[in-house]
Amino acid sequence: MYTLEVLSLTKGFGPRQVLKDVSFSLTVGDSLAVIGKNGSGKTTLLRILAGLMIPTRGKAVFMHDSQKLDRAAIRQRLSYVGPELALYDALTAAENLRFFGKMRGISLDNELIVKITEMVGLSGRENDLYRAYSSGMKQRLKYAVALLNDPTYLLLDEPTANLDEEGRQVVSQIIARQKENGILIVATNEQEEYGFAEKQYRLDG
Amino acid sequence: MVWKIVLLVVMTWVIVGAFILPAPQQAIGEASRIFYFHVPQAWVAVVAFLVSMVASVRFLRNGNRLEDDRARVAAGLGLLFSLLATVSGSIFAKVTWQSYWNWDPRETSILILLLIYGAYFALRTAVTEPERQARLAAVYAIFAFVTVPFLMFVIPRVLPSLHPSDSIVDESGSFAMSLETSVVFFPSLAAFTGVFIWMYRLGRRVTTAERLRIEE
Amino acid sequence: MPKNSIGLTAKSWAVLRKDIQVEFRSRYALNAILLFGVTTLTVVSFSVGQKNLSGELYAALFWIIIFFSAMSGLAHVFVREEDAKTATVLRLTADTTAVYWGKLGFNFLLLSLLEAVITPLFLMMTDAILHHFFLLLIILFLGAVGLAGATTLIAAIISKASVKGALFAVLSFPILLPLLIGVINGTTKALTATGGVTQASSELQLLTSYAVVMITASLLLFEFVWEE
Repeated sequence: MYTLEVLSLTKGFGPRQVLKDVSFSLTVGDSLAVIGKNGSGKTTLLRILAGLMIPTRGKAVFMHDSQKLDRAAIRQRLSYVGPELALYDALTAAENLRFFGKMRGISLDNELIVKITEMVGLSGRENDLYRAYSSGMKQRLKYAVALLNDPTYLLLDEPTANLDEEGRQVVSQIIARQKENGILIVATNEQEEYGFAEKQYRLDG
Repeated sequence: MVWKIVLLVVMTWVIVGAFILPAPQQAIGEASRIFYFHVPQAWVAVVAFLVSMVASVRFLRNGNRLEDDRARVAAGLGLLFSLLATVSGSIFAKVTWQSYWNWDPRETSILILLLIYGAYFALRTAVTEPERQARLAAVYAIFAFVTVPFLMFVIPRVLPSLHPSDSIVDESGSFAMSLETSVVFFPSLAAFTGVFIWMYRLGRRVTTAERLRIEE
Repeated sequence: MPKNSIGLTAKSWAVLRKDIQVEFRSRYALNAILLFGVTTLTVVSFSVGQKNLSGELYAALFWIIIFFSAMSGLAHVFVREEDAKTATVLRLTADTTAVYWGKLGFNFLLLSLLEAVITPLFLMMTDAILHHFFLLLIILFLGAVGLAGATTLIAAIISKASVKGALFAVLSFPILLPLLIGVINGTTKALTATGGVTQASSELQLLTSYAVVMITASLLLFEFVWEE
């Protein structure tokens, strides 16, 4: 059983205190919406959990059957999608997928690439350069990359940003599947997105 | 407290003795008196680097910001002393060999040390986020330290040297300093090290106080 | 999703290939580095061209050209990732060591290409005479390995600084000095009649040990720079 325990996570940037004593614990099947207005530290919290930032104090403990997971193991089981991420402009969608697949330890043949792009609604566009994608399409490809490793822990920052109706449906499906087999954390300040998760954690005041 | 008075006495003796007793290297003449100051300065510059490097390693291992403060204080002193050593060496070079700079291996080494310290602080200034600044500076300090063996052992074999080779240990390897020279040199070494330790401790008191204030 | 285990070597190659692909389609670093090299070489040749200088001077000039060209392009491999915001996804998905080897390989290739272009041009545009071809070849190889080895970590460091400017050169130069002394002395011996591989054994030893030490140290320290 995979779990995540967040213990008094605190983060300050010099004199500015962004996160103060954030604590919660989640297990497979749990979904959490981290809520707060702009600047309340939602993205910072997600980035710390994703291992992209070191907290000033406190820690996030990822465990599998009471065994702590080390950095490499966490990296294998975790994916993060956020607006500040970008894939390689100069590569096609297929090349991006193949590369990140390799990084995840997976060899993707053409058949699989077609299947994956279909899953996120990008059929037929896999040989276009990422640079040529609209922001909605870019977002969908980011999801495709995030799902390559079948993540136990899925962290989404503003999940439906830039997405049209069809895109939002794709995300709903992804989230539904994630809630069955893994842990989901969503950071948002959009009311519609609150419904993606069962639990909520407020970051204001 | 007592040791500060002892330090004062020893340093006074060093300064007086350096000019009263006969010059250490007769072949070079009066200018060789700078030996009593220049060598300890270079020595302290290297010791400071070692202190900084060790603190940097500790910081990367345990993330304790106090270690980073130690590294920074030591590096600041290292910068000061390597500047002093470079300048005193350069003055000596001008007087003795008529040119301020010669690319003799020891000259090169102390210059590199000075450049490393300069680069260290340039890096610190260029990274605004405190946690990141500490990490990157620590990595650079350690990485730069790795080149020290090359500076100390390999370069002298590849570059011809101007430095007097028989000041401390002569060709046959036995101790070649006369009693008169030893009596000023070793106290000088101790005195300069003492000054370094004193300034280091003062610096640490300041950084510790600042850090306590930040933690509130 | 099929899970074949892909080893570190394969992942490193993948990073290298990706960087080559991306670079080939934009040619940013390549242009910077070659343009700088050829421009500097032209200036050197113009002022010093037919004057028949000593081997030492030619060696020094050659490596000045290489060094500054390297400074104009070797940081790109990390700076581009940070500027384009692709570094985050790389950090999330890739093995840290594979990233280092891939980027090191890329910088090595970039330098080798630079040397391959500048060396023949240099010999043609100045009066330098190559007496010991094989020695020069070894020096160029070891020089490229050492330069890439020492600067790739520093490139990673400055890519995370808020103000980059001349920081790359400032941080690299003191650390590269032993290498520069080694390659300049070694190249001198390749450009003078009395030189030769056996004469240059201490330089070759210096360069080899330098490369090994710097790459090892970089491997140990890289994770502290790359992660977060």
